[in-house]
Amino acid sequence: MNAQIPLNDVTDVSAGFKPRARAALADPRLRSNFRTAMDSLMTKRAAAFSDADERERLRELGNHIRARALSQLPDLLERLEANLTRNGVKVHWAETVSEANTIVLEIIQTHEARQVIKGKSMVSEEMEMNHFLGGQGIECLESDMGEYIVQLDNEKPSHIIMPAIHKNAAQVASLFEEKLGVEYTRDVDELIQIGRRTLRQKFFEADIGVSGVNFAVAETGTLLLVENEGNGRMSTSVPPVHIAVTGIEKVVENLRDTVPLLSLLTRSALGQPITTYVNMISGPRKADELDGPQEVHLVLLDNGRSQAFNDPELRQTLNCIRCGACMNHCPVYTRIGGHAYGEVYPGPIGKIITPHMVGLAKVPDHPSASSLCGACGEVCPVKIPIPDLLRRLREENVKRADPQHPVMRGEGSKYSARERLMWSGWKLMNTQPLLYRAFSFAATRLRGLRPASLGPWTEHHSAPTPAPRSLHDLAREHLEHPR
Amino acid sequence: MNARNRILGKLRTSLAGTVPRPDDFDQTLVTEPWRYAPAERVSRLRQLMEAVHTEFHQTRSADWVALLAELLGARAVPDLLVSPQTEHGRLVHAYWQTRNDLPRLHAYDRPIEEWKDELFSHTAASLTGTLGAIASTGSLVVWPDRHEPRLMSLVPPLHVALVRASQIHDNLYEVMQAQRWAANMPTNALLISGPSKTADIEQILAYGAHGPKDLIVLLLEDA
Repeated sequence: MNAQIPLNDVTDVSAGFKPRARAALADPRLRSNFRTAMDSLMTKRAAAFSDADERERLRELGNHIRARALSQLPDLLERLEANLTRNGVKVHWAETVSEANTIVLEIIQTHEARQVIKGKSMVSEEMEMNHFLGGQGIECLESDMGEYIVQLDNEKPSHIIMPAIHKNAAQVASLFEEKLGVEYTRDVDELIQIGRRTLRQKFFEADIGVSGVNFAVAETGTLLLVENEGNGRMSTSVPPVHIAVTGIEKVVENLRDTVPLLSLLTRSALGQPITTYVNMISGPRKADELDGPQEVHLVLLDNGRSQAFNDPELRQTLNCIRCGACMNHCPVYTRIGGHAYGEVYPGPIGKIITPHMVGLAKVPDHPSASSLCGACGEVCPVKIPIPDLLRRLREENVKRADPQHPVMRGEGSKYSARERLMWSGWKLMNTQPLLYRAFSFAATRLRGLRPASLGPWTEHHSAPTPAPRSLHDLAREHLEHPR
Repeated sequence: MNARNRILGKLRTSLAGTVPRPDDFDQTLVTEPWRYAPAERVSRLRQLMEAVHTEFHQTRSADWVALLAELLGARAVPDLLVSPQTEHGRLVHAYWQTRNDLPRLHAYDRPIEEWKDELFSHTAASLTGTLGAIASTGSLVVWPDRHEPRLMSLVPPLHVALVRASQIHDNLYEVMQAQRWAANMPTNALLISGPSKTADIEQILAYGAHGPKDLIVLLLEDA
């Protein structure tokens, strides 16, 4: 059955989720690349949280910090804006990705800039900034090694922390040989040095540096960025202009709030006690300083976040600190990889945040692509109840859309009158004893009439055969004629 | 301004009738598991930094400059970026006067625009001070300033950092409190925990991604 379905390229986002997932499952190299990486990331996280009591108390604190920030989000955003402005940072607001791109383009045009170098930023992926700026004749180059590899191959990241994790060293070696004209080498150190040399020149030349933000501190007007490579520091310190792009939910109240969040983030993501660099930016170059950007901009993007914010349960989605632990521990993600999801954020967090960004109707299969095993919720450093939110989104997906009081864009995309009717019948049968007995009598006595094929069920299972008599029946007989 | 007001308006409508959650920040969770006896502080810092390929030397105030000269000589480093304005920079300059076989010294004394190419292409090493270190995570605290600007600890392939043992703190929370960060944030504050690295290809760790390939820490045990 499966073999008859044409296999689509797993990176082809035009096909639906299911064909992409099937293609991924049939790709042994992809599966081995992900399995190896996810096993290693899970082991590292477990080692970094060796004290379960400490881990659980810290997760609880992380949850409280994020919930406290969200419970006063508009006030904190205003405070952040006021403090950043006082520090000399220009703050911009965008409701949509297209507004955000326009803001970035205007800054670039003001400086007559041609070359943009980008540190890692998932929000810029939401904006498809590279593509947008490319269309305007502006080169926008990724500088994170993984992002650079993915961009060279015209792909999208398959993991939010490890963008090129779907590729092995041999694939990267061929890619560099083909695109950069270097000698083929599978030596990872050499490959990284090739990337370093190429990108150093780009840092040197770039007119504009773009970055994301891990935490925006309202109290001090500080943008905190974590990274291992140094490309984030390069992108935010070498070019004369720095543009940071981030979601409106990334704000925290106080500088001290970043201490536990930082620990949770790096330990959950990579099993590291801390990343090589923690880069706290509180303003552009001052008059007496000799380097750093002359201008710093922050673009605050909504893109569906305020919709999630509007519902107290769904609001918890915005606790996320983008560590990726949920995907590392997800049995579905590990088997199909990041591209199968077809959107910017893959894995469990992707399944609960993407519907707010693109509408449920565009990703109708996302909430159901889960076994609800609960691993994602168990490892989440800020305790987002991801399985509960997945169930909630399933309900939003199959209910009849309510235009008067919509919960989310694209709700009710899987609503089916026939399915509703079947469930009503099922409910009736199970609550009316006479009907129930008639059904079980018919199902057992007429069991010979069961069709050989039962739709999707029999694609992967043998068909169920009812017993000659129901348990009900047998129990009643036993009670009446005890042996 | 419209997007701003619309976003804030939506968020406020969603919060109508609610009160902010209480601030129940419990500092013991980020301090108590991360406390060390003075001797242990140094060994933990060293162990964590060495685990990520930092070269770590324990030395003394009277000896470190000679050690620096020896380490740079062994690596055949042609030049060193060091500020003549800092206390440690003056010590380096004074010692360099007594020898003629040492790397050329130069200073970051102009805006980056005036010597970007030289910094990127012809600067092999730099020496900077630190505001201390953090034992729990194996990190250096660096606040770039006019004398030791941001790129000084980033662009040269070798970064040498000077740490005073008395300035090693147990954990990040205590550094922030002791140095009153929240009231004094500089334009750029950094935690540096090893040379630049990446594991983006097959999770295989490689050093020298975009920042320094090598980080040497000189710990002054008597300072």
